[in-house]
Amino acid sequence: MNPQAPAASAIELIGIDKSFGPVHANANVNLEVERGVIHGIVGENGAGKSTLMSILYGFYEADSGEIRVNGKPVRIRSSREAIDCGIGMVHQHFMLVQPLSVLDNVMLGAEGGALLAKGAAAMRKRLAQLGKEYGLEVDPDAVVGELSVGLQQRVEILKALVRGAEILVLDEPTAVLTPAEADQLFEMLRVLKRQNKTIIFITHKLREIMSLTDRVSVMRRGEMVATYETAETSPPELADAMVGRKVILKIDKSPAHPGKVVLEARNLVVSDDRGVVRVHDVSFALREGEILGVAGVAGNGQSELLEALAGIRPPASGEILVDGRLLRSSEHDPRAVRRLGVGHVPEDRQRVGLIMSFEACESAMLGFHDQPAFGRGILFDRRAIVADAARIMEAFDVRPRAPLLRTANFSGGNQQKIVLAREIDHDPRIMLVGQPTRGVDIGAIEFIHKRIVAERDAGKAILLVSVELDEIFALSDRIIVLCGGRVTGERRPEETNPQDLGLLMAGVSERAA
Amino acid sequence: MSAPLKPLPAWADVALIPLINVAAAFVISGLVVLAIGENPLEAVKILVAGALGDLEGIGFTLYYATSFIFTGLAVAICFHAGLFNIGVEGQAYVAGLGAALAALYLGFLPGYSLVFVAIIAGALFGAAFAAIPGYLQAKRDAHIVITTIMFNYVASALMGYLLVDVLRAPGQMNAETPGFSKYGIVPQFHVLLKPLGIIWPDTPFNLSFLLALACAFGCWLLIWRTRLGYAIRAVGANPTAAIYGGISPARVTIVTTLLSGALAGGMAANVILGEEHRLILEYTAGFGFVGIAVALMGRAHPVGIVLAAILFGMLYQGGAELAFDKPKISRDMIVVIQGLVVLFAGALEHVFRRPVAALLARRTSQPPI
Amino acid sequence: MGFEDLLSVLGSGLRLSVPLICACLAGLWSERSGVVDIGLEGKILVGAFAAAAVATFTGSAWLGLGAAMVATIAVSLVHGYASIDQRANQIVSGTAINMVADGLTALIGNAIWSQGGRTPQLPDSALFNQIQLPFVDALRPIPVLGPVYKHLISGHDLITYIGFACVPATYWALYHTRFGLRLRAVGENPAAVDTAGISVRGLRYRAVIICGALVGLSGAYLSISQAAYFQPHMSAGKGFIALAALVFAKWRPWPALATCLLFGVLDALATRLQGVPLPFVGPVPVQAIEALPYLLTVVLLAGFIGKAIPPRASGIPYVKER
Repeated sequence: MNPQAPAASAIELIGIDKSFGPVHANANVNLEVERGVIHGIVGENGAGKSTLMSILYGFYEADSGEIRVNGKPVRIRSSREAIDCGIGMVHQHFMLVQPLSVLDNVMLGAEGGALLAKGAAAMRKRLAQLGKEYGLEVDPDAVVGELSVGLQQRVEILKALVRGAEILVLDEPTAVLTPAEADQLFEMLRVLKRQNKTIIFITHKLREIMSLTDRVSVMRRGEMVATYETAETSPPELADAMVGRKVILKIDKSPAHPGKVVLEARNLVVSDDRGVVRVHDVSFALREGEILGVAGVAGNGQSELLEALAGIRPPASGEILVDGRLLRSSEHDPRAVRRLGVGHVPEDRQRVGLIMSFEACESAMLGFHDQPAFGRGILFDRRAIVADAARIMEAFDVRPRAPLLRTANFSGGNQQKIVLAREIDHDPRIMLVGQPTRGVDIGAIEFIHKRIVAERDAGKAILLVSVELDEIFALSDRIIVLCGGRVTGERRPEETNPQDLGLLMAGVSERAA
Repeated sequence: MSAPLKPLPAWADVALIPLINVAAAFVISGLVVLAIGENPLEAVKILVAGALGDLEGIGFTLYYATSFIFTGLAVAICFHAGLFNIGVEGQAYVAGLGAALAALYLGFLPGYSLVFVAIIAGALFGAAFAAIPGYLQAKRDAHIVITTIMFNYVASALMGYLLVDVLRAPGQMNAETPGFSKYGIVPQFHVLLKPLGIIWPDTPFNLSFLLALACAFGCWLLIWRTRLGYAIRAVGANPTAAIYGGISPARVTIVTTLLSGALAGGMAANVILGEEHRLILEYTAGFGFVGIAVALMGRAHPVGIVLAAILFGMLYQGGAELAFDKPKISRDMIVVIQGLVVLFAGALEHVFRRPVAALLARRTSQPPI
Repeated sequence: MGFEDLLSVLGSGLRLSVPLICACLAGLWSERSGVVDIGLEGKILVGAFAAAAVATFTGSAWLGLGAAMVATIAVSLVHGYASIDQRANQIVSGTAINMVADGLTALIGNAIWSQGGRTPQLPDSALFNQIQLPFVDALRPIPVLGPVYKHLISGHDLITYIGFACVPATYWALYHTRFGLRLRAVGENPAAVDTAGISVRGLRYRAVIICGALVGLSGAYLSISQAAYFQPHMSAGKGFIALAALVFAKWRPWPALATCLLFGVLDALATRLQGVPLPFVGPVPVQAIEALPYLLTVVLLAGFIGKAIPPRASGIPYVKER
């Protein structure tokens, strides 16, 4: 080997292409990561970052393209092969066994022999050594389930290091960390870098990119758009590359005439199923006749916020007021909230908003099945149910017009129209709308957007949560941005642009430095 | 990880695959018969003749089928809510207690109203016994499968104690209650039809059969035509969406187990009030478990359940004849068939999908998906 | 009740607990890997029948034991295939196995020997008989320890000793070997095991095979040690009591042993206490004691005496997230 040749890059991805059915997740992606460098990969949801890393870690195999590790072409078909190449991954959702100890978790797959005793002693020494070397100290006998999230992440990193990972991939590692824990993580990563480890860091938060990485690559809609030296770029430039010069879907929208406040959130704090706080002290007011858009990258608390407002997930603290009246704790219930005139188009229509195995007319009743219109006595009035479904399917152009067809057999766009039709048909005064056009074709998108604006013109108050910036811009009269569960900014659409919002979404706000 | 399942046409999904599953159960049973040195085809002939060959056989077949309709419906209604109720055996047993107590101690009630009250009492006792595991699942997250298995044994112990030590008729050697009065029994068909000049052989086939059919129809109405049924199906299909729709899975669980236990009580009407006319030890004789096979084979639909119940009625009646004719094929054969039905219709229901899909794709010369 | 009486009850209890211990350990291995097994009852029957049948034909208890284990492993593999590869509902699969086993063992037994499913009485030479440990008589006179040695520790058959030995063996394998660590992990978080490059499927199949072997021991004990024949339905719910014991012991080996011993002693007491009046309560119905293990399990599951949390991935087929 020519001693003058530059050291081979740690990772080279050449022409990586991967599709899942119609979704082209990675389109001819090229990436070169040098050794001993912290390389960030940034992009919005659906940009393809996670898919790319999954290919690197052996979860998926690319449809075409080549992977080279330290200059050598390799085939990575499983996690085992990735590990053998020296690639270690720290997943967004930890791959830890909660009831087992730190030592057990780290040993899993690297036990060093059929009997644990010998390997355990060696591993303890190694853990102590690594702990001192990288500042990754953890009590090996602590039960993982009882550790803080930050410490659990440390165990994930240790797992990778213990297997001799020279290249560490971290996928959105700060999603569940407090700012203090995040800073600790960054320190650890810097130490690792000094030891000539290579680090690939996936995030959508520009603050982290700027403070941590040496180099940053931007992905957008499955393509690798640009790579910069971090020192030579800036958040606005990165945000620009992330969101691109998009054509903002313009629809004819008359100016809003907002009336009185009908929905108010005050200091809402909402936790997820694991008890992690996802919404930190969010307040806003929603008026009749306006659309309030909530922008933000997925996973920043929007889902939990919607669930709290819809009564599905009672808030840990804070207040919700409908028409100026405080909701009692007994009213944090989907049925009660619906009775107060709040409609809810959930973010996940297949998992939450519809029942796939039901006929369309039955899905069209979900949440309203006890209404007298569907049957006065004990029995349903089947004819009324079917006729009603046919009516709303006609009004919302759901195809095929088949109320008896199983919900699962409709396309995504038509399924969404069924949900929308159902919620709108019962004339709510307030509507909570989550990702209304996710997985929906262009024709249906336009229809849905028009209907939402029509409802607003009819005096409804609409809260629109969307990860699609063009949708936010097209529909909103007012925009607030959520990042990390906090409101990082509020704007009027005419006073801002995607890049500005991109910065807010990426955590660079007037308030958070 | 193998390629995703190819989608099948609707008719294959609903009719062909289930038929193949049941056929597999019978084919393997046939092989077992072969293995013990008998001719399966001859066995089938004897079985069918024993079950349907004469009015007496038919009477017994339908009598057994009646019990299976009740237990099948009981299991099925829980299936719709996403619950596996293995405790129908115990629930039917305890229901028998309710029916017997009413028949024995409520004799002051006028005329034939006694038997109606006894049927209702049976249903109530069954419902109450089923609601305990239901409540524990709904409110305390105790896995209903394990609790219902445990409760089967609790029922056995409880009823054993009551029949041996408490309810036994004085001077009676067997562990059973005294006999019921004529107002506390469900009349058998042959008894009812005699005054009309229709002579049917003496079989236990009784009016509970009509009650069973009514319950099947009632279940169909409930599950597909009422709000409660809608809620039950929603919880069974997608609890998250059900919560979104304002339905409480806990409430649905409790109500469903109550209904399930009540349906199990129908078996008490058929056997205790309709044939034995006294409460006897272990009267359920495993029919609660047959209900599981019937519910799976009938795909939890009342029409399917009635048909599957009649099939199993044939198996039990024909099986008795078969065991008589061919002692080597004892009545245990039916339990084997029952188990194989549960295996293929319940656990291995997808094992034939791929070969069938490949076969169909070849025949319609479509490219594989 | 005198000391000898007490020893007698404890001895009975110990013997009654043996099939429970083996079946309970079998269930432990399976469920710890994430495969729920309610088919223990049926598998005990299969093992018992195979042992008795082969012992009858060959005159050898050892061959009988071997046959039992082969048969139960085969049945376990069917359940394993349904659960792991076909991703079936594991409860349904277990129920099916119980039914098929119950019917098939009786059917075949009857077809061969025509005694209503019972196998012929086995001679002592084809059974696992009592083994007197050395020095039994010499140590007899020692107060307390002597009788304990004679009645409780010595005088059991080989399967009993093997069964008891399986408890520390299980504990050691589960907590001190690589295989045990991986198995415990796969029952809690199969994705973690998968991403560590270990085959989830392989681990679970191995667990299911171990389960089969252990439950074979349980069945063989019933027909070629405790009794000298196979009789239909002879497991009499032991498979479910073992399941109850497993839950009660929270899926750990030593508590499982203790629980099975407890249930065994309760069983021995049940016959002893029949009709005997207890203070305050009066004569205790034998059925109340019989029902006790089941009631205790329900109480535990309902969270009234601590929480019984099964392995997190229990009963959930593993599908790689795609």
